[in-house]
This record gives sequence, structure tokens and C-alpha cells, in this order.
Amino acid sequence: MKVIYTDVLVIGGGLAGLRVATGVKERGHSTIVLSLVPPKRSHSAAAQGGMQASLANSKMGEGDNEDVHFSDTIKGSDWGADQEVVRMFVHCAPKAIRQLAQWGVPWSRVQQGDHTSIINAKKVIISEKKEAHGLITARDFGGTKKWRTCYTSDGTGHSMLYAMDNKAQQDKVEVHERLEAISLIHENGQCFGAVARNLMNGELVAYIAKATTIATGGYGRIYSVSTNAIICQGIGQAIALETGVATLGNMEAIQFHPTAIVPVGILTTEGCRGDGGLLLDKDGYRFMPDYEPDKKELASRDVVSRRMTEHIRKGKGVKSRYGDHLWLDITILGREHIEKNLREVKEICENFLGIDPAEEWIPVRPTQHYSMGGIRTKYTGESQTMKGLYSSGEAACWDMHGFNRLGGNSVSETVVSGMLVAEYISDFIESPRSAMNIHSTTIERFLKKEQDKLNALLKREQGEDAYVLRRRMEEIMMDKVGIFRNGQDLQEAVIELEELHKRSKNIAVFRSKSRAANPALVNAYRTQKMIKIALTVAYGALLREESRGAHSREDFPKRDDKNWLKRTIMTWSDEESTMPDVSYEDIKISNMEIPPGFRGYGQDLTDHHPETKIRQSMVDMMTQKLEAEGADRFEIQNALMPYLDKLPKKYRGINERLGENI
Amino acid sequence: MSQEIKKGRILKVSILRFDPHDPEDFPHMETFEIEEADGMTIYIVLNMIREHHDNSLKFDFVCRAGICGSCSMLVNGRPMLACRTLTKKLDNHFTLAPLPLFELIGDLSIYTGNWMRGLNTRLETWIHDKEEELNVDKLEKRMEPALADEIYELDRCIECGCCVAGCGTIQMNENFVGAVGLNKIARYQLDPRDKRSDEDYYNIVGDEDGVFGCMTLLGCEDVCPKDLPLQSKIAYLRRMMIKTAM
Repeated sequence: MKVIYTDVLVIGGGLAGLRVATGVKERGHSTIVLSLVPPKRSHSAAAQGGMQASLANSKMGEGDNEDVHFSDTIKGSDWGADQEVVRMFVHCAPKAIRQLAQWGVPWSRVQQGDHTSIINAKKVIISEKKEAHGLITARDFGGTKKWRTCYTSDGTGHSMLYAMDNKAQQDKVEVHERLEAISLIHENGQCFGAVARNLMNGELVAYIAKATTIATGGYGRIYSVSTNAIICQGIGQAIALETGVATLGNMEAIQFHPTAIVPVGILTTEGCRGDGGLLLDKDGYRFMPDYEPDKKELASRDVVSRRMTEHIRKGKGVKSRYGDHLWLDITILGREHIEKNLREVKEICENFLGIDPAEEWIPVRPTQHYSMGGIRTKYTGESQTMKGLYSSGEAACWDMHGFNRLGGNSVSETVVSGMLVAEYISDFIESPRSAMNIHSTTIERFLKKEQDKLNALLKREQGEDAYVLRRRMEEIMMDKVGIFRNGQDLQEAVIELEELHKRSKNIAVFRSKSRAANPALVNAYRTQKMIKIALTVAYGALLREESRGAHSREDFPKRDDKNWLKRTIMTWSDEESTMPDVSYEDIKISNMEIPPGFRGYGQDLTDHHPETKIRQSMVDMMTQKLEAEGADRFEIQNALMPYLDKLPKKYRGINERLGENI
Repeated sequence: MSQEIKKGRILKVSILRFDPHDPEDFPHMETFEIEEADGMTIYIVLNMIREHHDNSLKFDFVCRAGICGSCSMLVNGRPMLACRTLTKKLDNHFTLAPLPLFELIGDLSIYTGNWMRGLNTRLETWIHDKEEELNVDKLEKRMEPALADEIYELDRCIECGCCVAGCGTIQMNENFVGAVGLNKIARYQLDPRDKRSDEDYYNIVGDEDGVFGCMTLLGCEDVCPKDLPLQSKIAYLRRMMIKTAM
């Protein structure tokens, strides 16, 4: 029995996981990061367009601050987000980006003087201030009032991840590569670590830790076409679900990105549209202004994806053997701009489509992109129901995105939640709450259970083919749990996924019987887990009889605050059960800083909650009174929804900006 | 009239197979036949082989978009990223082999992670700044926009290992840091946030395991999938190091 002890086990070596690891290390705790791949190959590297932080350095970002970022994020979430968490996030995003600048990210900088930009298909001259020269600049992204998305060309995630991993190496953070956590070790509602499988030699190892953090990213690969890396399979969420104790939140909240290339589903960044790119139909007609006259191509992602789908349904899509698509036109940005600020996009177009995007239009369609749902946590990142289990980044439902995430808010979340959760974990470890009492026989039991499962998969000579089950699951999710959803499709999806789940218990690994590196075995146990995750998504979507953010029900087109202003909570309490257990967590209006309102897209179809009016008039009254008394924006905010006391002391300071608080 | 279905080429894919965990196995070539489809990449080919012909075939893909650097392998003997290599650019018979020099996990799967980690530790590829702790509330330090762009240009390395596999020097001297290492030094030397002096860099790569070991065959630049300016950066480092030495 191989057992490794550490203070903090971090599962996942992307931005969030590495940030948690460096944070706890800084506080003097030992930590080990388990990663499926070398950390620099994590999916964080694929984030292209940028990181939102309200620095307000560039001309088009002037007037930006935490309040504007907060408001954009809440509206973007369709009021599904936890407003206190969003406040903590927007307050810390400028701090996180400044840390990253110190650690080596070559953020693109403001160049004083005039430069041309494309806004609404027209050339515009923007004049940057002298005093902003050399500070971090920003570009426009969807659903934001200001240009707030900071970037390094369109390789932002790459540069951030490299700086973060280099920092982790400098801090001597131990990384165990090609190690996959396949179950959590827990007893009496407390997590003690994980059983992990070495993907190179097949060895099972028990990692025992006071705190365990799941930072494994999203679960996009339950869909047949996704922009996600192929390792984003939801295994982190699945091992939490399989404890029967930890809960998952809002699993049905799935984002579709408007512009992935056809057919392979590789992303072209929102920066294409942020920098002035247009969406065109089969006639070369720019259709977005007809649907969204105000924000046009830069409406929130969920909105643009739906409008594109609607337009294709009207017969305006371009026919291809891979189905209908639309065009993304960035030729108007000019070659120089593309080769400097959109070079990954250019490479992708050249290599996968054989086109030059400075000359030709890019075939795109909405594609699965982001998982708003995940392991439900408190604002500290700790599971609400399992002590010592934490989650950070896309893996978690913290919950700062609600039912739709804004572009540029995800890499930002990884480093902000990472830096905060690291502090809360350290506090936990330094408190008596983290005292551990686990018998070696318990560890042995968990190891044996996993070994037995693997043996069964390898020994079985006849049974189900994991690939067949997995492909069917992917198709069901794609066809029936997509951008537009309806009761009948969802019902069929749930019934068939439940059937696939039952069949998956009888998966056999054919021919390839090695206990060491064995892709067939890996696919077998991951498929079993992925089907469970797919079930939580489809079932949550079936039950949620309203439309909110990215969850859009054709049979229930209204947002229904009266009945559905709540989070879907899933557990899998009985291992033998074929379905997850569902409950709901109310989202309280009474302490909201911005009570539910209209997002400003299309018509307002919301069924409002009676409490909304009461809270709104209270917010208005308090704001007016405080303004009359000469209170500043911080005092007003604090009166409406205090949150600063929740933050670690070292991150409570007021952010400096040009012309503010200097 | 019956509709004619356009048949794709039949691709013959010869793969160098070996499972080092199986004492009875030995390296051998195995050939699979796959019908070509529109827009097919080696990523698609290998997944089809695994799913329909041999589920034990080992290879590495992560982003499958040419961004993460996981899938470098020898395609007809030349190091490249498999995920973004379209089959239509290849003859109907082509060979795949793992990158040399790295530890083999099995078939086309190699352990680049420990090699790159070792390199990064050796070269200390991080910002060295002993100044007092950053106050995260304050405005960030300024940087010239053109300099930030220049640093990003070199920061784009994806540690795929193609330059290592394409390097003549490293075949003879396994301690050579390779173009990947020299590019990183050039990147940090350019970055004013890193307070290391030219002498510090000289002490790290001013010898035959570093910039003076390079035989200037420049296979690295030919095979770099990110078109990094490796040749000019190695030349630049050499001039700088000679100046420092004198």
C-alpha cells in the first residue's frame, strides 16, 4: 500500500490548482499537485482573449471600476450568481492581475497617442492618455460596459499558465504528473484525500491530506463537439458526486460559445468580435443588429449563440456537409492587427481550415464551451457538505457566473478564486477544525475498492463497449441538451442516459488488458463517471422549467424568479441508485445589492418575485439617502451588501487607479 | 441517377509500437488502414485507430488545437504537432514515431513533462526579483508596449520538444539545453522585471552545455511549430555572452 501524506492535496494543475498550491505554500503548508498532464499543457493554456480586471487604464476603459464589473457580471449571470462572491471577485481581480504582472506575464500595454480601432464596422480614432502609457491595456468583450479584458495578444491563458507554473516551480511546489484522482477518501463527512492512479505504470496511490482541492476544470467533453481540451471530462465533479456527500450545483448551466470553427469545434476568441469582427449569414448579411440593435455582436455569449441558432433555423445558415454554419468576418480588422493581436486565430485558421482570415471569412457556429455548474462550495471554496473538500476555478460552483459567464471572467476567476481559496484553506489547516482521525484500514478499504473496480473492468470478457456508450452519451447531450431545450427532448435524454448508466456498470475492457499505461482502461472508468455527470446535467435541465441565462427552454421561455430563483443541487447518495438526488437552494433577494431586473436583451419576459420590488425600493432609498449625505461609492456599497469582512485581511485594500485612490 | 459517394483515399498509417511495461514486447512497426475524410488530421486518424482497430494504442493529445504542445511526434521522420497536421498534406502512406530523446511511456506517448521541468529548474525560468513584497493595491509597474510585445513573442514557446528532437547537438551532448532552453534565457534576459545580470546568465548558459555548444545546424528553427526566432536569439545570446566574458 503506497500512501503519501501532505497538508494540501490539489487535484488539477491548471491556473486555479497552481494558484491554490502556491498560495498555501506561501503560508508554510506542504502541498502536492496531481496533474493528468504536464501543468503547462492544461486547458487554461487555451484561453485566448483575456482576463477581466477593472484597471481602467485604456481610454475605452475610463470610468471603469469594481461597481461596473460587478453589475456586468450580475446581469450576465441572469441573477443566478452569488452577489457576495461576485463582489469578492471584482474587488480582487485587479490585485490578481498585478501579481501576475510581477510574476512575468507580458500583458499588452497602453501606447499613448492615437490608434485606430474598428467599432461597429467603422474605423474610429482612439486617443490614449499620456499618463496611462505603459500600464496594462484592455480590449472589448461581450456583455461589458467598458473595455476591461486585459490580454497578451490572443495567448493570454498560455502566458498566465506559464507564469503561474514557473512561479510554482520557483516556490518548489511538488507536482505529480500523469496522476489521476479516481476517488476521494472520506469518512463521517470529512475528506481525507484521494486515491490516484499513475497513468504511466498503473500504480494506485493513496494521498492523505488535511485539505483536498478539486481544480479539474469543466465537463465539456460530455458533448460530442466542444471547444474544451479532451481532458475536460468532469472527472473531478464525478469523484465528488460519488462520495454521496459532496454536492454539485447548477450542472445544467452550460455555455455555448458563438464562434468555434466548423467542423472541429476549436475556439476563435471573443476578441475577434471585441476587436470589431462581424457575424455574417449565407448572403454575407450582418444579422446581429436586427436581433440586438444595442450590443449587436457583443451581446452576452448566451444571447449571441441563441440568435445565431435562430438565424440558422430561418434558413440563413451556410450549408456544409457538417451542417449549417455562419461566417465570422475579421478581414475588416486588417492584416497587421490580426498578425499582432489575433495570431492564434490566424494559426488555427491556416492549420485547420487552410484559409487566411485576413482574406477570407471563418466558418463558425455555437459550440459547447464552459461549465458554469460544478462542485457547490461556500464562498471559502469549501464544499457545503463535506469538511476539508475544496474546489476552485471552473470545477467549482462558487458561484460567480450563475447561468451565464462573461467572456474574460473565467481565467480571471481561476487566479482570483485560487488566491482566496488558498488563504481559506490555510486558515482551515491552522484551525482545530482540520484535526484528522483516520485509520489505516479505512485508507486500505478505499484503495481496495478502486483496485477491485479496475480488476472487474479488465477481467470481464464480455460486456459493454465503453466507446459505444460514450459516443451515444455525447450525441444525446448534443442533440437533446443543447442551446435550445424542451421538455420532451430532455425527458428522452434522461431516460436514455439512465439506461446508459445501467449498462455502463457492465463495461468490459476488450483485448487491451495491461494494468500499466492503458488507454482502453482509462476510457472505461472515465466513461462510467462521465455518464453520471451527463445525467446530472440533463436531469437538472429537465426539472428547471424556466429560461435563465444559457439555460433556454422553448416550452418555458420566461425567466421565472417566483419559482426558480434557486440553485439546483445534486448528490448521488445511494451508490446503487440509477439517478441522482435533487434538491434546491434558494437565492435570497433580501440581501442582494442589485435585485433581479432586466438584462436588456430582446423583450423582458421575466416573472418577477414579489420580494424584488421591496428590495429594489430599499436599495434605491438607501442609495439616495447616502448620496445626499455625501457618502462615496464604497460607503454606499458597504451599506447595501457588506462583504469585505469575508475577504482575507491582506486582500481588503482599496485598488488604485489612474485618478482614483492614488 | 444514383448519387455517387465520393470515396476518400485509403491511408496507410505505419506506427512505431512498443510497450516498455511489457517484458515480451519489442519495438516494431504496425500499419493500419483508414479511409480519409475531409479536413482529417492525425488527431482524428489516431483516435479512429484506437476506437476501431486497436484500443491499446498510446498517444498524447490535450488541446487538439495546436496550443498545448502535447502531441509532438515524428511524422515521416520530422518532428511536428500531430493535432494540426492535415492528412491531405501527406502521401497516402506515412509513418508515425515517438519523439526521440524523451522517456517513452508507450507507442507515441512520451514523458516530456519531467524533461521540461528539469530544464526549467536548471535555468530558473522565473522572474528573479528580490525587492520587497508587491503591494497588490498599487498601480502596476509600467512597461514599454513594444517591449511587452517582444517578450510575448518569445513567451509563446509551448515546450512541445520538437526543437529538442530536431537538434543535432543534443544527440551528442545530452546536457545541452537545446533551443527551448536558450529561447527561455533570451526571454528573461529581455524582461526588465528579472533582475539577473548578464553575468548571471553567463553562469547558466555560457558554456558548451549552453549557447557555445550549439553547432548551428538550426534544425530547431526549421521544426518549431510556433515559428520562434530561434536562430537570431541564439546568435544574439552568443554575442552577448562573448561580450560578458570579455
